[in-house]
Amino acid sequence: MPLTIVVTAKQVLDPETPPSALQIDPSRKRMVGPANVPPVVNGFDENAVEAALRIKDALGASNVKITVLSAGKSFVLDVIKKPLAMGADELVLVQDDACENLDAFQTARVLAAAIKSMGTVDLVLCGRQASDWDQAQVPLAIAEFLGLPCVHITRKVEVKDGTVVVERVVPDGAEVIQVPLPAVITVSNELGQPRYPTLRGIMASTRKQPIIRKLADLGLNPADLKPKVELLDLYIPVRQKKCEFISGDNDEEKGRNLARRLREAKLI
Amino acid sequence: MPGVLVFAELADGGLASISKELFSAGRPLAQALGEPLCTFIPAEKGGEVAKEAGALGADRVYVAEHPLLREPHPDYHLIALERAVQQVRPSVVLLGKTPLGINVGPRLAFRLGVGVAQDVVALKIEGDALIAERPVYGGNAMARVALREKPFVATVRPKAFEPLDPTPGRTAPVQAIPVAIEPAAVKVKVLERKKVEATGIRLEDARVVVGGGRGLGGPEPFQQLEELARLLGGAVGASRAVCDAGWLPYQYQIGLTGKTITADLYIAVAISGASQHMAGVSTVKNIVAINKDADAPIFQEARFGVVGDWKKVLPAFTDEVRKLLQQ
Ligand SMILES: Cc1cc2nc3c(=O)[nH]c(=O)nc-3n(C[C@H](O)[C@H](O)[C@H](O)COP(=O)(O)OP(=O)(O)OC[C@H]3O[C@@H](n4cnc5c(N)ncnc54)[C@H](O)[C@@H]3O)c2cc1C
Repeated sequence: MPLTIVVTAKQVLDPETPPSALQIDPSRKRMVGPANVPPVVNGFDENAVEAALRIKDALGASNVKITVLSAGKSFVLDVIKKPLAMGADELVLVQDDACENLDAFQTARVLAAAIKSMGTVDLVLCGRQASDWDQAQVPLAIAEFLGLPCVHITRKVEVKDGTVVVERVVPDGAEVIQVPLPAVITVSNELGQPRYPTLRGIMASTRKQPIIRKLADLGLNPADLKPKVELLDLYIPVRQKKCEFISGDNDEEKGRNLARRLREAKLI
Repeated sequence: MPGVLVFAELADGGLASISKELFSAGRPLAQALGEPLCTFIPAEKGGEVAKEAGALGADRVYVAEHPLLREPHPDYHLIALERAVQQVRPSVVLLGKTPLGINVGPRLAFRLGVGVAQDVVALKIEGDALIAERPVYGGNAMARVALREKPFVATVRPKAFEPLDPTPGRTAPVQAIPVAIEPAAVKVKVLERKKVEATGIRLEDARVVVGGGRGLGGPEPFQQLEELARLLGGAVGASRAVCDAGWLPYQYQIGLTGKTITADLYIAVAISGASQHMAGVSTVKNIVAINKDADAPIFQEARFGVVGDWKKVLPAFTDEVRKLLQQ
């Protein structure tokens, strides 16, 4: 039996979108970017995919199976298939209209139900947070709903003798932590750059079709998925700071004038 | 009677700054609900801190003492907090958005079957709901959310609230909460702590911070930033781009997923000012930006700005600062 890893992934608005191009869609209470900028896989989720692939590299390709799992109303297939192109084995999409407005609690219920439906899962890897709602809740909720131990925000993940050994990022360094499998681990960017898909990976991924699930397939009724955290309003805050630009004939003089101005303002 | 329960954390033997801020955040909620402001102190020894909490405005103090609560192990603290919540049955539980709080708060909520407002900067009670404001999309937008099932659980962003001043002589009744922690039942085992030895002033505490970004082009220019920081008695910080590139370790990262600084003066050199970075400097009143791009977002939040090449601006600036300080 190969080691079974599930990596959760979310399709999000590209966080590199310049703020001036961001707008709020009031009817959907969502932030939207320009129509020509495609969404991306949440960056920390790519770090989680990378962590899974490193485990696969260490244990041998045939000894590890990586399933990527996502829930949403609709997907841009070229985007959400990126983890397959990076080297993951399969993609499961819980695609349902009712997935549009789920909060973190209910998203985790959906993902936990999908993980349960897969049978034996040894390790669940998630990005530490999604760059749209910045909640950092779903992985912890998945762990609670599945009754699994959880280590949140790690930079290194290794599987050893039925356990997972991780390095948890803390403000003054890291903690080396061991947890028996199965477990839920969240991954942060300190893990290092996710690998780029290879041409072979991209070719292989075009042949793979995602496995589509509906909420009903998971025994979930949309009416039971009312948000625990109700989104009332979303707005772009106004920044009213007025910057005083320091002048000067050249950059050196601007630098000197800056020092004098800060002295005048009693800041240095 | 229930109450607003503040999950207290300790630092240097006293209440951590974030916990004092939570008293400020919790007081108006307690008033609106007509309930006491309570605090829960999980610690190896909580006696002195309990007194401090009374002076800072807690109406009731609950203390769980256990040797295993010495280190900030999330699972042990979750067991303790769950026990406290069973006993106190609070209407609101407030935690800091700290490494411990972001683990314990959400997991407590999910165990109780309620939601959690994470990383909030404003809170109020409205009718039967807790209304919270939280930055989203990396700080590019704000969301107003409602929790309607008690207990309302929220984690609060550090520095979003001003800590209250202690009232000397003010005391609060202290009650012990016995907790049993069975280490064998906790699956998460810490094998080793890899501490990076901090040198100089802590970034979080520094009055002056000099931050460097991707525009510096490599690790070497940080020596110039160090020099300026030394002159000003400050510390050096960086954007995530710098840490991701390996120019500096992650301990230097300022921002949403890095450190929150509390400086009076932040000098940002070749940093664009992405909202995720600015999330870590939101309480800094005096931001100075040196950037060659006049349209860089950082200038929207800076008090003083220089549009120019840092390679020319910074050395001249540093020399002039040195001269002025010698006068
Ligand atoms: C979920 C999430 C969390 C994040 N968390 C954080 C975080 O905690 N902290 C953080 O910092 N970032 C964070 N980021 C990343 C953030 O969005 C930005 O990508 C990052 O802050 C950019 O860093 P930078 O300003 O150094 O680089 P850039 O955006 O590349 O800016 C470089 C700047 O240098 C200027 N420059 C270049 N050459 C010169 C020169 N010769 N002289 C003067 N100026 C010059 C350029 O004009 C430019 O403005 C996060 C992103 C996501 C999605």
